[in-house]
Amino acid sequence: MLSRVAESVFWMSRYIHRAEHTARLVDINLQLLLDLPGALADQWEPLVTITAEQDYFASRYGDATQRNVLEFLVFDNQYPSSIANSLRAARENARTVRDFISAEIWEQVNEFYHFVVSERAPVHAKEDPHGFFARVRNHGHLFSGLVDGTLEHGQGYHFIKLAEYLERADQTSRVLDVKYFLLLPGAEYVGTTLDDVQWAAVLKSASALESYRKRHHRIRPRDIAEYLLLDPDFPRSAAKCVADARGALHAITGNPLDRPRTEPEMVLGRLAADLKFGTIDEVFEVGLHEYIDRLQARLNESGAAVSRAFFQFRA
Amino acid sequence: MPKLDYDPGDFFDEYFGPGNEPRPHVEPLLQRIESLADGELLRRQRTAEAALHRMGITFTVYGDEGGTERIFPFDILPRIVKGSEWRRLEAGLRQRIQALNLFLQDIYSDRRIIKDGVVPEELVRSCKTYRPQCEGLRPPQGIWCHVTGTDLVRDKDGAMYVLEDNLRTPSGVSYVLENRQVLKRTFPYVFKALDVRPVDDYPTRLLETLTQIAPPGVENPTVVLLTPGIYNSAYFEHSFLAGQMGVYLVEGSDLIVRDGFVYMKTTMGPKRVDVVYRRIDDDFLDPLAFRQDSLLGVPGLMEAYRAGRVSLANAPGCGVADDKAVYAYAERIIKYYLAEDAILPNVPTFICAEEKDRDHTLANLDKLVVKSVNESGGYGMLIGPHSTKEQREEFAGKIAANPRNFIAQPTLSLSRVPCLVDGRLEGRHVDLRPYILSGRETYVLPGGLTRVALRKGSLVVNSSQGGGSKDTWVLFEDFPTGEVALPRFQEI
Repeated sequence: MLSRVAESVFWMSRYIHRAEHTARLVDINLQLLLDLPGALADQWEPLVTITAEQDYFASRYGDATQRNVLEFLVFDNQYPSSIANSLRAARENARTVRDFISAEIWEQVNEFYHFVVSERAPVHAKEDPHGFFARVRNHGHLFSGLVDGTLEHGQGYHFIKLAEYLERADQTSRVLDVKYFLLLPGAEYVGTTLDDVQWAAVLKSASALESYRKRHHRIRPRDIAEYLLLDPDFPRSAAKCVADARGALHAITGNPLDRPRTEPEMVLGRLAADLKFGTIDEVFEVGLHEYIDRLQARLNESGAAVSRAFFQFRA
Repeated sequence: MPKLDYDPGDFFDEYFGPGNEPRPHVEPLLQRIESLADGELLRRQRTAEAALHRMGITFTVYGDEGGTERIFPFDILPRIVKGSEWRRLEAGLRQRIQALNLFLQDIYSDRRIIKDGVVPEELVRSCKTYRPQCEGLRPPQGIWCHVTGTDLVRDKDGAMYVLEDNLRTPSGVSYVLENRQVLKRTFPYVFKALDVRPVDDYPTRLLETLTQIAPPGVENPTVVLLTPGIYNSAYFEHSFLAGQMGVYLVEGSDLIVRDGFVYMKTTMGPKRVDVVYRRIDDDFLDPLAFRQDSLLGVPGLMEAYRAGRVSLANAPGCGVADDKAVYAYAERIIKYYLAEDAILPNVPTFICAEEKDRDHTLANLDKLVVKSVNESGGYGMLIGPHSTKEQREEFAGKIAANPRNFIAQPTLSLSRVPCLVDGRLEGRHVDLRPYILSGRETYVLPGGLTRVALRKGSLVVNSSQGGGSKDTWVLFEDFPTGEVALPRFQEI
């Protein structure tokens, strides 16, 4: 397929899923804060912190209130990863490849975009945030379903999946990072109900709470970190996402999994091995936040390698 | 049955004949409309618009700051063409495009028509769209213009005239196909009863035509559609057609010329391209051959084309035959090559480069339509009867300064079709652009884009100037045979 088209479907997919993940984060924070007492019930700072845009946020909005953070993450037209901007970018990419994607996918991207940028959207998000974010999430699922069900499962499809897995790995790691920044009233609260509530929220935002409970029953930070980073079966764990990304990549090149030949196959293969054979003890030795930072850097490197190999044509 | 509240006015109306009697081939539709409950027609119009919005059928307006994308305004009342009238139009279009293709081949090789004194050499040489780069070429099958979108208009007397030949990169056919999709849902029972000729196979026919012109010896040609990109006003159409044909939609930067062949850049390396359906003007096609500042084109494309290693549709240089001054000679061109009289007449045209015509034009600016020969899309036009004194003086100056650049035509009283305006039916002026494909055979799409001047009293139908469109129903027969069979519960 055309390099330009491959690049566009790749970014269309990344941006759609970025929008969906941002909605998850915001929604879960809303739910979480309902359970927190008084002074702690207004913690919106962590959501800003993980975007690494604190300076911009402070200069444009000042305090990290619910209203400001919502505006920033959902509608801000200058923050490139706001839901509105992600969808704008997704749609622009989709627009350049309308001949390639199915009409259903295009219509879905279009509707998704219009849902978030409509004049009603800010009111909707304010008056019924859960309903609003649930619909954003569903739009994301619908996109994935239409990709699966209406697009030929050829190279373009695998670029879309590759993008989805890379984005998802990145977002799951961010969810875990939120907890790192969330405050407890004091060290003595570690392991209390309050702590559990926060951890449960982390699981929920990764759609992992039920499956986690089936596996581990009890809320334990160590198990949760292991589940979200290293579990080989949970579809949103970093390990599973990277393994799936690797599968998509090899489907693109046609190389067998044990015969990586291209740069991205090497980079992603090494990362997959580290996640597959790494232990949670090693994660905590490095420090959770530090580990996540490095994971995100390696995911970025994988994306860059994909771009060099397939999108930047060399004669 | 309540009478329709509609005034055809002092025009040729496509729905109503003399004495405001409904034309027989339109009657089933009118009966259906009259049987609808109050507000139902408007509801259907809204539904149709919503469908077009959902499909993302938009065009881009140049020089418009607010939002680059707009929905092409659409009116749900179709223009309906009788079978016999269509057969005549079809024969006329076929004849015309055959002659123009012969003209193009001649102009770029022997120039017999000039030597025989039928068309002045000066006229051809002064065409901005004449391409010396094409001299001596003979494209596959000798066909230069593969896709044509001829503009037809009906004057007050009921006769159809050719207003313009669009031989370069005519657009609009995607609206024809999408409008049909929508309208089939809007009036399913009338549609069925009227026996309307289908238009849906256009993309298949187009692909066939493109495949036929592949360089000799290429078995399974790779066809691409070359677009200027998403900011082009017709981008929707480019992507639509590429999708319908299942061919690659490429931009200039996706193509590369190496060792004299054209390749596209794919994720798996270079892939050979055999046929380029280009929707980029000649000027921008190849910076090495034409405009050097073009970023949209493919350096070296023209050289590969001249060497016969890639085919281009339409061929570069086609514009010389749709120059508005050359247009004036079309009937003579048909006569010269085919020894036949033109089936479809031209609109009488005054060529400002010729003294007598120029004097007549300058003396009658308030009655004539003056057009710049190289502009399209309704730009650079003076409509005499609707003009101000200042505008006329401005054009008089322009004509005096560069007479070759202008032609003039009498102001036609374009025929009208009822449109839904603010919930009521009002007449609006229309033209008709059928599409013709020329490969081994010539194919005329039974239908076409009916463009409507939606502004009250306006004669300008171009989408960039407030125009909209209608579906065009070409009937197999003159009089519909079937009854409109409505379902027992009139839910549709």
